Amino acid sequence: MTKNAARTTGSMQVKRGLAEMLKGGVIMDVVNSEQAKIAEDAGAVAVMALERVPADIRRDGGVARMSDPEMIMAIQACCTIPVMAKARIGHFVEAQILQSLGVDFIDESEVLTPADETHHIDKMAFDTPFVCGATNLGEALRRISEGAALIRSKGEAGTGNVVEAVRHLRNIFGDIRRITQADSAELFDWAKKLGAPLPLVQEIAETGSLQVPLFCAGGIATPADAALAMQLGAQSVFVGSGIFKSDDPSPRAKAIVEATTHFMDADILAKVSRNLGAPMTGIGMDQINERYAERGW
Amino acid sequence: MKIGILALQGAFAVHEEMLQGLGADTVQVRTPQDLGLVDALVMPGGESTTMSHLLTTSQLFDPIAERINSAMPVFGTCAGMILLAKSIASGRPDQRFYGAIDIDVERNAYGRQVESFETELNVEGLQSPFHAMFIRAPQVVRLGEDVEVLSTHEDKVVLARQGSVMVASFHPELTSDNRIHSLFLQEV
Repeated sequence: MTKNAARTTGSMQVKRGLAEMLKGGVIMDVVNSEQAKIAEDAGAVAVMALERVPADIRRDGGVARMSDPEMIMAIQACCTIPVMAKARIGHFVEAQILQSLGVDFIDESEVLTPADETHHIDKMAFDTPFVCGATNLGEALRRISEGAALIRSKGEAGTGNVVEAVRHLRNIFGDIRRITQADSAELFDWAKKLGAPLPLVQEIAETGSLQVPLFCAGGIATPADAALAMQLGAQSVFVGSGIFKSDDPSPRAKAIVEATTHFMDADILAKVSRNLGAPMTGIGMDQINERYAERGW
Repeated sequence: MKIGILALQGAFAVHEEMLQGLGADTVQVRTPQDLGLVDALVMPGGESTTMSHLLTTSQLFDPIAERINSAMPVFGTCAGMILLAKSIASGRPDQRFYGAIDIDVERNAYGRQVESFETELNVEGLQSPFHAMFIRAPQVVRLGEDVEVLSTHEDKVVLARQGSVMVASFHPELTSDNRIHSLFLQEV
């Protein structure tokens, strides 16, 4: 956080402010300027610049790292919407580089190979806001206590299969609902069970909601998937491989944007879901060797 | 009297909470039918390019233009201000906007998110400073002579009004201070 007489930058409120602005929107993974233009044209609220979409990372194997700054800068130069980029879990130097590039949000992401098997990045030390993945409420609250301004349910990236995203959203919102029913003595046990700071658990008991916005990621491939995540309580969706691994990315991207806005309107969902060509093929959970969602501590 | 909040994308829920806190009857507007129910409209912050796109696909652009022409009160914050301006510097060529207030704006004029900031503003008609949040905010780069300036920051106009149209380049909905929303409701 930097302060002078006229302005305070990098405060928690300013970081969460951008997360608020992204609500009700679609954040799309893009690997080059051409895809970034397609995403912006389709009405994306932000793009995630990365060298390979998760489906390709999964296929290629090996170590996945932060993208080449040159590639991120090319995407920043070609679009006017916020640009996000990924750093490895615990790799605070990658995060320093991304902040120096001026990316609008840093995703400390399990899709990349973790750099630290115990510690996440101290996100309070940055002026750039962070988004982090979570599979359950305890994980979400640990990330918030480290300074994350936005949480996304992890799902299982690169699969085109929404089942894990649904599991994680139900985990998180289910526990929030249960905590609001708990009495004050039970909150101590909740904090212990979740491995989360007690004050954050108490705050949820009082307000009934997470301290920062909660978006959905990992496995969204169709407009109906996006609307499902929104009806389950997500406030926006990240779509990774689901757009640019489909047959015809542009109409699918537009349809997912409309579905995210009109997520409660089945007539509009039916209309936008027509004639989109084949979605990405997708894979079942029993066919994958490595679950990215298990990365993160 | 119903206040609509354009709910295509962005920070519409916090606007709605604030207006409800002031006792207003609110409706989230996503379709032309929703628009028919309201007497005034708030256009929230978010991504102006996304909203421009969704205004068209949701068949809301022209109906809103008609309502603004017939003097429906509107209040636009950040992206909402961009949508209400006469012209947009650094917008997209296909970006649509209403020209409802005689100002030109520049998108993301303060820079990227690391340049986003909070500050105190003196606002016309308010007794004490207003704590304001500027998020990838636009700037007013030309001001028409009929536009009333309600607040400035570092010589830039950040809150202005012309007739039934009020705009802010910052986010009064992100604080717990409802005085600027009260100013809008007084007009309504």
